[in-house]
Amino acid sequence: MSTMSIAALQPGEELPPQNHSPDNVQLFFYNAALWNAHRIHYDLPYATDVEGYPGLVIAGPLLGDWLGQCVEAWLGEGGALLNLEYSNRGAAYIGETLTVGGTVEAVNAAKGEVTLALHIRNEAGDVITPGRALVRLHG
Amino acid sequence: MGVLTAELKANIGKAAPPRTEVVTRRDIRKYAIATNQQQRKYLDGDEAPPLYHVALFWDVVELDELTPDGVSVDALLPKFPLEKAMAGGLNITYHDRIRPGDVLVGERTLTDIYEKEGRSGPLIFYEVVLEVRREDGSPVITEKTTRILR
Repeated sequence: MSTMSIAALQPGEELPPQNHSPDNVQLFFYNAALWNAHRIHYDLPYATDVEGYPGLVIAGPLLGDWLGQCVEAWLGEGGALLNLEYSNRGAAYIGETLTVGGTVEAVNAAKGEVTLALHIRNEAGDVITPGRALVRLHG
Repeated sequence: MGVLTAELKANIGKAAPPRTEVVTRRDIRKYAIATNQQQRKYLDGDEAPPLYHVALFWDVVELDELTPDGVSVDALLPKFPLEKAMAGGLNITYHDRIRPGDVLVGERTLTDIYEKEGRSGPLIFYEVVLEVRREDGSPVITEKTTRILR
């Protein structure tokens, strides 16, 4: 991870995308870590027959976490996350591969701050979780 | 004609009792593994990933407090006339990082309730702010949750 130069950053530059293919074990661990017992995350007959979902639903804040990971992987040791916002617009399900990515939206060289537009897409290409981050680059 | 009564709107400003939690390396490690973190400092529990506070301040409820669908009722919220959750979002501002041994105080406040007319009827929006501070009051994280009901 190299130090990033703010002078070299241009709006439109892409963050390296990251893929996630969560399975039952990961989703179980995640909801156990939270103490979240919502049946849509582990009870398949409930999720499909009662709630009408096509499968077990990935927990919303897990998607938010992945946006943060995508930003930090790009940032490396070169800066710090100041703000992260996202919206869970669509659901994601066990069995899907989700792609997390983003682009540089704005560069404020005077403040050393960069705004990033973020997204998570499902396999159909729909943005299920749009987001935005503000980071400050060191030096 | 709106769906929000003055009585419902009077809940704006209501706060839940502050909760104090101790951050442990073990809990950070569990969270880091569950979220598929790639950085060693998170997997080893030297520092908490940016959304770890979501787990730390999730309500720990007893089995008989869960609804049949496994959800815990948020005592901070009034009973809304619309109940189907549509979408939600978080806006998180970072003031400081979280490390093992930290003692953190979380205080949740219902900061807004409003309505908008959607394409297929009224929508209720509400906002809850979670302030995470150290015991000396210094800020660590400010998180605003927005949820939409239809």
